[in-house]
Amino acid sequence: MTVLQIFFLIVALVILGSSLMVVTTRNLIHAALWLIVTLFGVAVLYAVLNAGFLAVVQVVVYIGAIAILFIFAVMLTRKELRDRGPQLNRGWWLNVIIALLTFGGLFWMLQSWNGFSKTAAAFPSSYDALGQLGNALISPNAFVLPFEVASVLLLAALVGAVYIAFNPPSGDSRK
Amino acid sequence: MNFWYFWFDPINFIARWLTGLLTGWGLASWLTSLIIQLVGAVVLISLMMVFDIFLVWVERKVVARFQDRLGPNRVGPFGIFQPFADIVKLIIKEDITPDGADKVVYNLAPVLSLMSVLLLWAVMPLAPVIFGVDLNVGALYIIAAGSIGTLSIIMAAWASNNKFALIGAFRQVAVLVSFEIPMIATMLIPTILAGSMGMNEIVQGQQTVWYVLLAPLAALTFLIAAIAELGRSPFDLNEAESEIVAGFHIEYTGMKFGLFYAGELLHAFTFGGFWAILFLGGYHLFGLENLGPLVAVLILFAKAMFGYWVIMWIRYTVMRIRIDQMLAFNWKFLTPVAFVLLMLTALMNALLRPASSGIYIAGMLLTNVVLGWIIVEILSGFGRRERQKAEGVATAAASAHR
Repeated sequence: MTVLQIFFLIVALVILGSSLMVVTTRNLIHAALWLIVTLFGVAVLYAVLNAGFLAVVQVVVYIGAIAILFIFAVMLTRKELRDRGPQLNRGWWLNVIIALLTFGGLFWMLQSWNGFSKTAAAFPSSYDALGQLGNALISPNAFVLPFEVASVLLLAALVGAVYIAFNPPSGDSRK
Repeated sequence: MNFWYFWFDPINFIARWLTGLLTGWGLASWLTSLIIQLVGAVVLISLMMVFDIFLVWVERKVVARFQDRLGPNRVGPFGIFQPFADIVKLIIKEDITPDGADKVVYNLAPVLSLMSVLLLWAVMPLAPVIFGVDLNVGALYIIAAGSIGTLSIIMAAWASNNKFALIGAFRQVAVLVSFEIPMIATMLIPTILAGSMGMNEIVQGQQTVWYVLLAPLAALTFLIAAIAELGRSPFDLNEAESEIVAGFHIEYTGMKFGLFYAGELLHAFTFGGFWAILFLGGYHLFGLENLGPLVAVLILFAKAMFGYWVIMWIRYTVMRIRIDQMLAFNWKFLTPVAFVLLMLTALMNALLRPASSGIYIAGMLLTNVVLGWIIVEILSGFGRRERQKAEGVATAAASAHR
Protein backbone atom coordinates (compact mmCIF):
# COMPACT_ATOMS: atom_id res chain seq x y z
CA MET A 1 0.00 0.00 0.00
CA THR A 2 1.26 3.43 -0.85
CA VAL A 3 1.19 6.39 1.52
CA LEU A 4 -1.59 7.92 -0.55
CA GLN A 5 -3.77 4.82 -0.17
CA ILE A 6 -3.29 4.74 3.60
CA PHE A 7 -4.14 8.44 3.73
CA PHE A 8 -7.25 7.86 1.61
CA LEU A 9 -8.38 5.02 3.90
CA ILE A 10 -7.98 7.19 6.99
CA VAL A 11 -9.94 10.05 5.42
CA ALA A 12 -12.64 7.67 4.16
CA LEU A 13 -12.98 6.15 7.64
CA VAL A 14 -13.31 9.63 9.16
CA ILE A 15 -15.99 10.55 6.59
CA LEU A 16 -17.95 7.34 7.17
CA GLY A 17 -17.66 7.49 10.95
CA SER A 18 -18.67 11.12 11.19
CA SER A 19 -21.58 10.72 8.78
CA LEU A 20 -22.76 7.79 10.91
CA MET A 21 -22.57 10.08 13.93
CA VAL A 22 -24.65 12.70 12.07
CA VAL A 23 -27.62 10.36 11.90
CA THR A 24 -27.18 8.58 15.23
CA THR A 25 -26.43 11.40 17.67
CA ARG A 26 -29.45 12.70 19.54
CA ASN A 27 -28.14 16.22 19.96
CA LEU A 28 -29.00 18.29 16.89
CA ILE A 29 -26.05 20.68 17.28
CA HIS A 30 -23.69 17.72 17.58
CA ALA A 31 -25.23 16.33 14.40
CA ALA A 32 -24.47 19.62 12.64
CA LEU A 33 -20.89 19.61 13.97
CA TRP A 34 -20.35 16.01 12.84
CA LEU A 35 -21.73 17.01 9.44
CA ILE A 36 -19.00 19.65 9.30
CA VAL A 37 -16.40 16.93 9.95
CA THR A 38 -17.88 14.91 7.08
CA LEU A 39 -17.85 17.88 4.71
CA PHE A 40 -14.28 18.69 5.70
CA GLY A 41 -13.30 15.09 4.97
CA VAL A 42 -14.78 15.42 1.49
CA ALA A 43 -12.78 18.63 1.01
CA VAL A 44 -9.63 16.71 1.97
CA LEU A 45 -10.49 14.08 -0.65
CA TYR A 46 -10.81 16.80 -3.28
CA ALA A 47 -7.42 18.16 -2.26
CA VAL A 48 -5.89 14.69 -2.57
CA LEU A 49 -7.40 14.42 -6.06
CA ASN A 50 -5.52 17.59 -7.14
CA ALA A 51 -8.77 19.58 -7.18
CA GLY A 52 -7.63 22.40 -4.89
CA PHE A 53 -10.32 24.76 -6.15
CA LEU A 54 -13.13 22.34 -5.34
CA ALA A 55 -11.61 21.63 -1.92
CA VAL A 56 -11.50 25.32 -0.99
CA VAL A 57 -14.97 25.98 -2.39
CA GLN A 58 -16.28 23.00 -0.43
CA VAL A 59 -14.99 24.58 2.79
CA VAL A 60 -16.23 28.08 1.90
CA VAL A 61 -19.71 27.07 0.75
CA TYR A 62 -20.55 24.05 2.88
CA ILE A 63 -18.76 24.80 6.15
CA GLY A 64 -18.70 28.59 5.98
CA ALA A 65 -22.26 29.09 4.78
CA ILE A 66 -24.50 26.04 4.81
CA ALA A 67 -23.38 24.42 8.06
CA ILE A 68 -23.50 27.78 9.86
CA LEU A 69 -26.99 28.27 8.44
CA PHE A 70 -28.01 24.82 9.73
CA ILE A 71 -26.76 25.65 13.21
CA PHE A 72 -28.54 29.00 13.18
CA ALA A 73 -31.79 27.46 11.95
CA VAL A 74 -31.65 24.72 14.60
CA MET A 75 -30.92 27.21 17.37
CA LEU A 76 -33.60 29.66 16.29
CA THR A 77 -36.41 27.20 15.60
CA ARG A 78 -36.05 24.45 18.19
CA LYS A 79 -36.45 25.01 21.88
CA GLU A 80 -35.36 21.50 22.74
CA LEU A 81 -32.07 20.63 21.02
CA ARG A 82 -32.29 16.98 22.03
CA ASP A 83 -34.31 14.55 19.96
CA ARG A 84 -36.28 12.05 22.06
CA GLY A 85 -38.34 9.97 19.64
CA PRO A 86 -37.34 6.56 18.26
CA GLN A 87 -34.40 6.72 15.90
CA LEU A 88 -35.53 3.93 13.57
CA ASN A 89 -38.81 3.58 11.78
CA ARG A 90 -40.51 0.30 10.86
CA GLY A 91 -39.07 0.05 7.37
CA TRP A 92 -35.41 0.18 8.48
CA TRP A 93 -34.57 -3.35 7.25
CA LEU A 94 -35.87 -2.48 3.78
CA ASN A 95 -33.60 0.56 3.67
CA VAL A 96 -30.61 -1.52 4.73
CA ILE A 97 -31.30 -3.97 1.90
CA ILE A 98 -31.70 -1.18 -0.68
CA ALA A 99 -28.50 0.51 0.49
CA LEU A 100 -26.55 -2.73 0.34
CA LEU A 101 -27.96 -3.54 -3.11
CA THR A 102 -27.04 -0.09 -4.40
CA PHE A 103 -23.52 -0.42 -3.01
CA GLY A 104 -23.18 -3.94 -4.45
CA GLY A 105 -24.50 -2.83 -7.84
CA LEU A 106 -22.13 0.13 -8.02
CA PHE A 107 -19.22 -2.02 -6.89
CA TRP A 108 -20.00 -4.67 -9.51
CA MET A 109 -20.38 -2.05 -12.24
CA LEU A 110 -17.10 -0.36 -11.40
CA GLN A 111 -15.33 -3.72 -11.15
CA SER A 112 -16.33 -4.56 -14.70
CA TRP A 113 -15.10 -1.17 -15.94
CA ASN A 114 -11.46 -1.43 -17.03
CA GLY A 115 -10.55 2.07 -15.81
CA PHE A 116 -11.23 1.01 -12.21
CA SER A 117 -7.82 -0.51 -11.47
CA LYS A 118 -5.77 1.99 -13.48
CA THR A 119 -3.82 4.77 -11.80
CA ALA A 120 -4.53 8.19 -13.23
CA ALA A 121 -1.76 9.84 -15.20
CA ALA A 122 -0.13 12.72 -13.36
CA PHE A 123 -0.80 16.26 -14.55
CA PRO A 124 2.01 17.80 -16.58
CA SER A 125 3.75 20.33 -14.36
CA SER A 126 2.56 23.36 -16.33
CA TYR A 127 -1.07 22.22 -16.58
CA ASP A 128 -3.37 24.97 -15.32
CA ALA A 129 -6.43 23.04 -14.13
CA LEU A 130 -7.99 26.10 -12.50
CA GLY A 131 -7.63 28.19 -15.67
CA GLN A 132 -9.16 25.38 -17.72
CA LEU A 133 -12.11 25.24 -15.33
CA GLY A 134 -12.58 29.00 -15.51
CA ASN A 135 -12.47 28.98 -19.31
CA ALA A 136 -14.92 26.07 -19.47
CA LEU A 137 -17.41 27.93 -17.27
CA ILE A 138 -17.59 30.93 -19.62
CA SER A 139 -17.02 29.19 -22.95
CA PRO A 140 -20.13 28.82 -25.17
CA ASN A 141 -18.85 25.42 -26.30
CA ALA A 142 -18.76 24.15 -22.73
CA PHE A 143 -20.76 25.10 -19.65
CA VAL A 144 -21.79 28.73 -20.07
CA LEU A 145 -25.51 27.88 -20.38
CA PRO A 146 -25.86 25.67 -17.27
CA PHE A 147 -23.68 28.14 -15.37
CA GLU A 148 -25.90 31.09 -16.27
CA VAL A 149 -29.11 29.11 -15.71
CA ALA A 150 -27.89 28.21 -12.23
CA SER A 151 -27.10 31.87 -11.51
CA VAL A 152 -30.55 32.98 -12.68
CA LEU A 153 -32.14 30.28 -10.52
CA LEU A 154 -30.18 31.42 -7.46
CA LEU A 155 -31.06 35.04 -8.17
CA ALA A 156 -34.76 34.11 -8.41
CA ALA A 157 -34.51 32.29 -5.07
CA LEU A 158 -32.82 35.34 -3.55
CA VAL A 159 -35.51 37.71 -4.83
CA GLY A 160 -38.20 35.35 -3.55
CA ALA A 161 -36.60 35.19 -0.11
CA VAL A 162 -36.38 38.98 0.04
CA TYR A 163 -40.04 39.26 -1.00
CA ILE A 164 -41.17 36.82 1.72
CA ALA A 165 -39.06 38.46 4.40
CA PHE A 166 -39.90 42.01 3.33
CA ASN A 167 -41.57 43.93 6.11
CA PRO A 168 -44.07 46.39 4.58
CA PRO A 169 -43.69 49.91 6.00
CA SER A 170 -45.99 50.63 8.94
CA GLY A 171 -49.45 51.87 7.95
CA ASP A 172 -49.61 49.37 5.10
CA SER A 173 -52.99 47.62 4.94
CA ARG A 174 -51.36 44.23 4.18
CA LYS A 175 -50.32 43.93 7.82
CA MET B 1 30.24 31.78 -1.11
CA ASN B 2 28.10 29.66 1.18
CA PHE B 3 27.02 32.75 3.03
CA TRP B 4 25.69 34.42 -0.13
CA TYR B 5 23.80 31.31 -1.04
CA PHE B 6 22.24 31.33 2.43
CA TRP B 7 21.51 35.05 2.17
CA PHE B 8 19.60 34.78 -1.09
CA ASP B 9 17.63 31.61 -0.34
CA PRO B 10 17.75 30.87 3.40
CA ILE B 11 14.80 28.50 3.66
CA ASN B 12 15.89 26.26 0.80
CA PHE B 13 19.45 26.34 2.13
CA ILE B 14 18.32 25.02 5.50
CA ALA B 15 15.89 22.57 3.89
CA ARG B 16 18.64 21.15 1.66
CA TRP B 17 21.01 20.86 4.59
CA LEU B 18 18.32 19.06 6.64
CA THR B 19 17.51 16.74 3.73
CA GLY B 20 21.18 15.80 3.48
CA LEU B 21 21.34 15.20 7.21
CA LEU B 22 18.17 13.10 7.42
CA THR B 23 18.82 10.96 4.33
CA GLY B 24 22.32 10.47 5.75
CA TRP B 25 20.63 8.85 8.75
CA GLY B 26 18.94 6.41 6.37
CA LEU B 27 15.38 7.82 6.36
CA ALA B 28 13.12 7.31 3.35
CA SER B 29 12.78 10.33 1.08
CA TRP B 30 9.03 10.76 1.65
CA LEU B 31 9.58 10.67 5.42
CA THR B 32 12.37 13.24 5.09
CA SER B 33 10.20 15.66 3.12
CA LEU B 34 7.32 15.12 5.56
CA ILE B 35 9.59 15.92 8.52
CA ILE B 36 10.96 19.03 6.80
CA GLN B 37 7.46 20.28 5.97
CA LEU B 38 6.39 19.71 9.57
CA VAL B 39 9.48 21.49 10.93
CA GLY B 40 8.77 24.43 8.59
CA ALA B 41 5.15 24.67 9.75
CA VAL B 42 6.11 24.44 13.44
CA VAL B 43 8.84 27.07 13.06
CA LEU B 44 6.51 29.48 11.23
CA ILE B 45 3.73 29.01 13.79
CA SER B 46 6.12 29.41 16.73
CA LEU B 47 7.58 32.59 15.27
CA MET B 48 4.09 33.99 14.73
CA MET B 49 3.05 33.12 18.28
CA VAL B 50 6.16 34.79 19.72
CA PHE B 51 5.44 37.79 17.52
CA ASP B 52 1.89 37.70 18.89
CA ILE B 53 3.26 38.31 22.40
CA PHE B 54 4.96 41.42 21.06
CA LEU B 55 1.67 42.49 19.40
CA VAL B 56 -0.04 42.57 22.81
CA TRP B 57 2.49 45.19 23.90
CA VAL B 58 2.09 47.13 20.62
CA GLU B 59 -1.68 47.17 20.91
CA ARG B 60 -1.65 48.33 24.52
CA LYS B 61 0.96 50.98 23.85
CA VAL B 62 -0.88 52.36 20.80
CA VAL B 63 -4.29 52.43 22.46
CA ALA B 64 -2.69 54.27 25.37
CA ARG B 65 -1.34 56.91 22.97
CA PHE B 66 -4.76 57.34 21.35
CA GLN B 67 -6.39 57.71 24.75
CA ASP B 68 -3.70 60.11 26.02
CA ARG B 69 -2.28 57.63 28.56
CA LEU B 70 1.15 56.07 29.00
CA GLY B 71 0.23 52.41 28.73
CA PRO B 72 2.35 49.64 30.22
CA ASN B 73 5.58 51.23 31.45
CA ARG B 74 6.70 49.35 34.56
CA VAL B 75 8.02 45.95 33.46
CA GLY B 76 11.21 46.37 31.47
CA PRO B 77 12.12 49.28 29.19
CA PHE B 78 8.90 50.91 27.84
CA GLY B 79 6.98 48.09 29.54
CA ILE B 80 8.03 45.67 26.81
CA PHE B 81 8.04 42.68 29.20
CA GLN B 82 4.49 43.37 30.33
CA PRO B 83 2.97 40.68 28.00
CA PHE B 84 5.14 38.01 29.66
CA ALA B 85 3.69 38.98 33.02
CA ASP B 86 0.24 38.80 31.42
CA ILE B 87 0.93 35.32 30.08
CA VAL B 88 2.04 34.07 33.50
CA LYS B 89 -1.14 35.57 34.93
CA LEU B 90 -3.30 33.86 32.28
CA ILE B 91 -1.63 30.50 32.87
CA ILE B 92 -2.01 30.50 36.66
CA LYS B 93 -5.66 31.60 36.56
CA GLU B 94 -8.30 29.05 37.48
CA ASP B 95 -9.55 27.13 34.47
CA ILE B 96 -13.34 27.13 34.79
CA THR B 97 -15.66 24.97 32.73
CA PRO B 98 -19.21 26.20 33.32
CA ASP B 99 -21.96 23.88 34.52
CA GLY B 100 -23.80 22.18 31.68
CA ALA B 101 -21.11 23.11 29.18
CA ASP B 102 -20.47 20.77 26.28
CA LYS B 103 -16.91 19.86 27.29
CA VAL B 104 -15.44 18.70 23.98
CA VAL B 105 -16.90 21.52 21.90
CA TYR B 106 -16.09 24.05 24.66
CA ASN B 107 -12.41 23.09 24.64
CA LEU B 108 -12.19 22.73 20.87
CA ALA B 109 -13.52 26.22 20.07
CA PRO B 110 -10.49 28.31 21.22
CA VAL B 111 -8.15 25.96 19.37
CA LEU B 112 -10.15 26.34 16.15
CA SER B 113 -10.29 30.09 16.65
CA LEU B 114 -6.50 30.44 16.79
CA MET B 115 -6.09 27.80 14.08
CA SER B 116 -8.20 29.77 11.62
CA VAL B 117 -5.74 32.66 11.97
CA LEU B 118 -2.58 30.57 11.80
CA LEU B 119 -3.91 28.83 8.67
CA LEU B 120 -3.75 32.19 6.90
CA TRP B 121 0.04 32.31 7.29
CA ALA B 122 0.36 29.24 5.06
CA VAL B 123 -0.33 31.35 1.96
CA MET B 124 1.36 34.57 3.10
CA PRO B 125 4.31 35.24 0.76
CA LEU B 126 6.88 36.73 3.14
CA ALA B 127 9.53 37.08 0.44
CA PRO B 128 9.98 35.86 -3.15
CA VAL B 129 11.47 32.61 -1.83
CA ILE B 130 9.89 32.44 1.63
CA PHE B 131 6.29 31.27 1.65
CA GLY B 132 4.42 28.28 3.04
CA VAL B 133 2.66 27.19 -0.12
CA ASP B 134 1.83 29.08 -3.31
CA LEU B 135 -1.80 27.97 -3.75
CA ASN B 136 -3.39 29.00 -7.03
CA VAL B 137 -6.62 29.60 -5.08
CA GLY B 138 -5.01 31.72 -2.38
CA ALA B 139 -7.76 34.36 -2.16
CA LEU B 140 -10.46 31.72 -1.71
CA TYR B 141 -8.29 29.91 0.83
CA ILE B 142 -8.27 33.04 3.00
CA ILE B 143 -12.08 33.08 2.98
CA ALA B 144 -12.17 29.34 3.75
CA ALA B 145 -9.88 29.80 6.76
CA GLY B 146 -12.11 32.66 7.91
CA SER B 147 -15.17 30.42 7.78
CA ILE B 148 -13.49 28.10 10.30
CA GLY B 149 -13.16 31.14 12.58
CA THR B 150 -16.90 31.79 12.22
CA LEU B 151 -17.54 28.18 13.17
CA SER B 152 -15.36 28.48 16.27
CA ILE B 153 -17.40 31.47 17.48
CA ILE B 154 -20.69 29.58 17.19
CA MET B 155 -19.14 26.54 18.88
CA ALA B 156 -17.72 28.59 21.77
CA ALA B 157 -21.00 30.36 22.41
CA TRP B 158 -23.19 27.29 22.19
CA ALA B 159 -20.92 25.09 24.29
CA SER B 160 -20.69 27.73 27.05
CA ASN B 161 -24.35 27.13 27.95
CA ASN B 162 -24.81 30.86 28.43
CA LYS B 163 -27.53 32.96 26.84
CA PHE B 164 -25.39 36.10 26.72
CA ALA B 165 -22.61 34.27 24.97
CA LEU B 166 -25.09 32.99 22.41
CA ILE B 167 -26.55 36.43 21.76
CA GLY B 168 -23.05 37.83 21.36
CA ALA B 169 -22.18 35.06 18.94
CA PHE B 170 -25.32 35.63 16.87
CA ARG B 171 -24.44 39.27 16.48
CA GLN B 172 -20.80 38.53 15.71
CA VAL B 173 -21.64 35.82 13.16
CA ALA B 174 -24.15 38.12 11.49
CA VAL B 175 -21.30 40.58 10.97
CA LEU B 176 -18.87 37.92 9.76
CA VAL B 177 -21.27 36.29 7.31
CA SER B 178 -22.44 39.56 5.78
CA PHE B 179 -19.05 41.26 5.47
CA GLU B 180 -17.59 38.16 3.85
CA ILE B 181 -19.36 39.19 0.63
CA PRO B 182 -17.74 42.61 0.02
CA MET B 183 -14.49 41.02 1.16
CA ILE B 184 -14.63 38.29 -1.50
CA ALA B 185 -15.65 40.84 -4.13
CA THR B 186 -12.75 43.17 -3.32
CA MET B 187 -10.29 40.29 -3.13
CA LEU B 188 -11.26 39.48 -6.71
CA ILE B 189 -10.04 42.90 -7.87
CA PRO B 190 -6.31 42.22 -7.27
CA THR B 191 -7.05 38.79 -8.74
CA ILE B 192 -8.28 40.42 -11.94
CA LEU B 193 -5.37 42.85 -12.05
CA ALA B 194 -2.76 40.14 -11.49
CA GLY B 195 -4.54 37.46 -13.49
CA SER B 196 -4.12 34.95 -10.68
CA MET B 197 -5.54 34.12 -7.27
CA GLY B 198 -2.13 33.04 -5.99
CA MET B 199 -0.78 35.45 -3.39
CA ASN B 200 2.76 35.24 -4.73
CA GLU B 201 1.68 36.16 -8.26
CA ILE B 202 -0.45 39.03 -6.94
CA VAL B 203 2.63 40.42 -5.19
CA GLN B 204 4.79 39.93 -8.26
CA GLY B 205 2.17 41.74 -10.37
CA GLN B 206 2.81 44.84 -8.25
CA GLN B 207 6.46 45.18 -9.17
CA THR B 208 5.90 48.37 -11.19
CA VAL B 209 2.78 49.84 -9.61
CA TRP B 210 1.01 48.99 -6.36
CA TYR B 211 -2.64 48.06 -6.75
CA VAL B 212 -3.64 50.76 -4.32
CA LEU B 213 -3.03 53.19 -7.21
CA LEU B 214 -5.06 51.11 -9.67
CA ALA B 215 -7.89 50.35 -7.26
CA PRO B 216 -7.90 52.75 -4.27
CA LEU B 217 -11.61 52.25 -3.61
CA ALA B 218 -11.15 48.49 -3.53
CA ALA B 219 -8.33 48.91 -1.01
CA LEU B 220 -10.61 51.01 1.18
CA THR B 221 -13.52 48.58 0.87
CA PHE B 222 -11.24 45.66 1.71
CA LEU B 223 -9.98 47.47 4.80
CA ILE B 224 -13.54 48.17 6.01
CA ALA B 225 -14.60 44.57 5.40
CA ALA B 226 -11.45 43.32 7.13
CA ILE B 227 -12.14 45.43 10.22
CA ALA B 228 -15.66 44.01 10.31
CA GLU B 229 -14.32 40.47 9.89
CA LEU B 230 -12.06 41.10 12.87
CA GLY B 231 -15.05 42.16 14.95
CA ARG B 232 -13.23 45.32 15.95
CA SER B 233 -14.71 48.70 16.64
CA PRO B 234 -16.75 50.25 14.96
CA PHE B 235 -18.11 46.75 14.27
CA ASP B 236 -17.54 45.15 17.71
CA LEU B 237 -21.20 44.32 18.16
CA ASN B 238 -20.50 41.27 20.29
CA GLU B 239 -19.33 43.59 23.02
CA ALA B 240 -21.86 45.51 25.08
CA GLU B 241 -20.64 45.76 28.65
CA SER B 242 -24.02 46.49 30.20
CA GLU B 243 -26.08 43.84 28.37
CA ILE B 244 -24.07 40.96 26.95
CA VAL B 245 -20.63 41.78 28.41
CA ALA B 246 -17.83 40.60 26.13
CA GLY B 247 -19.75 38.41 23.72
CA PHE B 248 -19.15 34.80 22.82
CA HIS B 249 -16.07 34.21 25.01
CA ILE B 250 -17.65 35.42 28.23
CA GLU B 251 -17.35 32.03 29.98
CA TYR B 252 -13.72 31.42 29.06
CA THR B 253 -10.98 31.92 31.62
CA GLY B 254 -7.22 31.69 31.76
CA MET B 255 -5.33 30.53 28.72
CA LYS B 256 -8.48 29.51 26.82
CA PHE B 257 -9.51 33.13 26.81
CA GLY B 258 -5.88 33.89 26.02
CA LEU B 259 -6.17 31.85 22.82
CA PHE B 260 -9.16 33.91 21.66
CA TYR B 261 -7.34 37.12 22.56
CA ALA B 262 -4.11 36.07 20.86
CA GLY B 263 -6.11 34.94 17.82
CA GLU B 264 -7.84 38.31 17.58
CA LEU B 265 -4.60 40.28 17.77
CA LEU B 266 -2.79 38.08 15.30
CA HIS B 267 -5.84 38.20 13.02
CA ALA B 268 -5.68 41.99 12.97
CA PHE B 269 -1.98 41.91 12.13
CA THR B 270 -2.57 39.20 9.51
CA PHE B 271 -5.24 41.25 7.78
CA GLY B 272 -2.84 44.18 7.87
CA GLY B 273 -0.42 41.85 6.09
CA PHE B 274 -2.99 40.78 3.51
CA TRP B 275 -3.93 44.38 2.91
CA ALA B 276 -0.25 45.03 2.23
CA ILE B 277 0.00 41.99 -0.05
CA LEU B 278 -3.16 42.67 -2.04
CA PHE B 279 -2.87 46.43 -2.42
CA LEU B 280 0.35 47.88 -1.00
CA GLY B 281 2.80 45.87 -3.06
CA GLY B 282 3.61 43.13 -0.54
CA TYR B 283 7.37 42.91 -0.13
CA HIS B 284 8.08 45.41 -2.93
CA LEU B 285 9.61 48.72 -1.91
CA PHE B 286 11.51 50.52 -4.71
CA GLY B 287 13.66 47.48 -5.44
CA LEU B 288 14.94 47.22 -1.86
CA GLU B 289 13.56 43.69 -1.69
CA ASN B 290 16.27 42.57 -4.13
CA LEU B 291 18.86 42.98 -1.37
CA GLY B 292 17.76 39.65 0.07
CA PRO B 293 14.74 37.70 1.27
CA LEU B 294 15.27 38.75 4.88
CA VAL B 295 15.04 42.42 3.85
CA ALA B 296 11.84 41.55 1.93
CA VAL B 297 10.37 39.94 5.07
CA LEU B 298 11.26 43.08 7.00
CA ILE B 299 9.52 45.26 4.38
CA LEU B 300 6.40 43.10 4.45
CA PHE B 301 6.28 43.17 8.26
CA ALA B 302 6.68 46.95 8.26
CA LYS B 303 3.77 47.27 5.82
CA ALA B 304 1.68 44.79 7.81
CA MET B 305 2.45 46.85 10.92
CA PHE B 306 1.23 49.92 9.04
CA GLY B 307 -2.02 48.13 8.16
CA TYR B 308 -2.35 46.96 11.77
CA TRP B 309 -1.77 50.52 12.94
CA VAL B 310 -4.50 51.85 10.61
CA ILE B 311 -6.90 49.19 11.96
CA MET B 312 -6.04 50.20 15.55
CA TRP B 313 -6.35 53.89 14.65
CA ILE B 314 -9.90 53.32 13.38
CA ARG B 315 -10.71 51.05 16.30
CA TYR B 316 -9.83 53.58 18.97
CA THR B 317 -11.22 56.71 17.32
CA VAL B 318 -14.50 55.65 15.68
CA MET B 319 -17.55 54.97 17.82
CA ARG B 320 -19.44 51.69 17.80
CA ILE B 321 -22.47 51.50 15.49
CA ARG B 322 -25.79 49.75 16.06
CA ILE B 323 -26.48 46.33 14.55
CA ASP B 324 -29.20 47.59 12.18
CA GLN B 325 -26.90 50.38 10.99
CA MET B 326 -24.13 47.85 10.50
CA LEU B 327 -26.33 45.50 8.44
CA ALA B 328 -27.79 48.35 6.39
CA PHE B 329 -24.30 49.71 5.79
CA ASN B 330 -23.12 46.34 4.53
CA TRP B 331 -26.08 45.23 2.43
CA LYS B 332 -27.24 48.58 1.08
CA PHE B 333 -23.90 50.28 0.65
CA LEU B 334 -20.72 48.22 0.87
CA THR B 335 -21.89 45.15 -1.06
CA PRO B 336 -23.31 47.10 -4.06
CA VAL B 337 -20.19 49.28 -4.09
CA ALA B 338 -17.96 46.21 -4.06
CA PHE B 339 -19.87 44.60 -6.94
CA VAL B 340 -19.91 47.78 -9.04
CA LEU B 341 -16.19 48.15 -8.40
CA LEU B 342 -15.59 44.56 -9.41
CA MET B 343 -17.49 44.89 -12.69
CA LEU B 344 -16.01 48.28 -13.51
CA THR B 345 -12.46 47.14 -12.74
CA ALA B 346 -12.88 44.03 -14.89
CA LEU B 347 -14.23 46.12 -17.77
CA MET B 348 -11.62 48.87 -17.57
CA ASN B 349 -8.85 46.32 -17.13
CA ALA B 350 -9.92 44.54 -20.31
CA LEU B 351 -10.24 47.83 -22.23
CA LEU B 352 -7.04 49.53 -21.04
CA ARG B 353 -4.65 46.59 -20.66
CA PRO B 354 -3.43 46.81 -24.30
CA ALA B 355 -2.64 50.54 -23.90
CA SER B 356 0.68 51.80 -22.58
CA SER B 357 1.24 51.51 -18.84
CA GLY B 358 0.90 55.27 -18.27
CA ILE B 359 -2.55 55.40 -19.88
CA TYR B 360 -3.49 52.18 -18.05
CA ILE B 361 -2.62 53.54 -14.61
CA ALA B 362 -4.18 56.94 -15.29
CA GLY B 363 -7.36 55.33 -16.67
CA MET B 364 -7.79 52.98 -13.71
CA LEU B 365 -7.15 55.80 -11.25
CA LEU B 366 -9.57 58.09 -13.07
CA THR B 367 -12.28 55.39 -13.05
CA ASN B 368 -11.89 55.08 -9.30
CA VAL B 369 -11.93 58.83 -8.74
CA VAL B 370 -15.11 59.24 -10.83
CA LEU B 371 -16.81 56.34 -9.08
CA GLY B 372 -15.73 57.64 -5.69
CA TRP B 373 -17.14 61.05 -6.55
CA ILE B 374 -20.49 59.50 -7.58
CA ILE B 375 -20.60 57.50 -4.33
CA VAL B 376 -19.89 60.59 -2.23
CA GLU B 377 -22.62 62.52 -4.11
CA ILE B 378 -25.17 59.75 -3.49
CA LEU B 379 -24.15 59.51 0.17
CA SER B 380 -24.38 63.23 0.79
CA GLY B 381 -27.82 63.33 -0.87
CA PHE B 382 -28.93 60.46 1.37
CA GLY B 383 -27.54 62.20 4.44
CA ARG B 384 -29.34 65.44 3.51
CA ARG B 385 -32.67 63.63 3.16
CA GLU B 386 -32.17 61.82 6.48
CA ARG B 387 -31.31 65.08 8.22
CA GLN B 388 -34.38 66.80 6.75
CA LYS B 389 -36.53 63.89 7.90
CA ALA B 390 -35.09 64.10 11.41
CA GLU B 391 -35.51 67.88 11.51
CA GLY B 392 -39.10 67.56 10.24
CA VAL B 393 -39.89 65.09 13.01
CA ALA B 394 -38.22 67.36 15.58
CA THR B 395 -40.14 70.50 14.50
CA ALA B 396 -43.41 68.54 14.34
CA ALA B 397 -42.81 67.23 17.86
CA ALA B 398 -41.91 70.70 19.10
CA SER B 399 -45.05 72.28 17.62
CA ALA B 400 -47.23 69.45 18.98
CA HIS B 401 -45.67 69.96 22.38
CA ARG B 402 -46.47 73.66 22.28
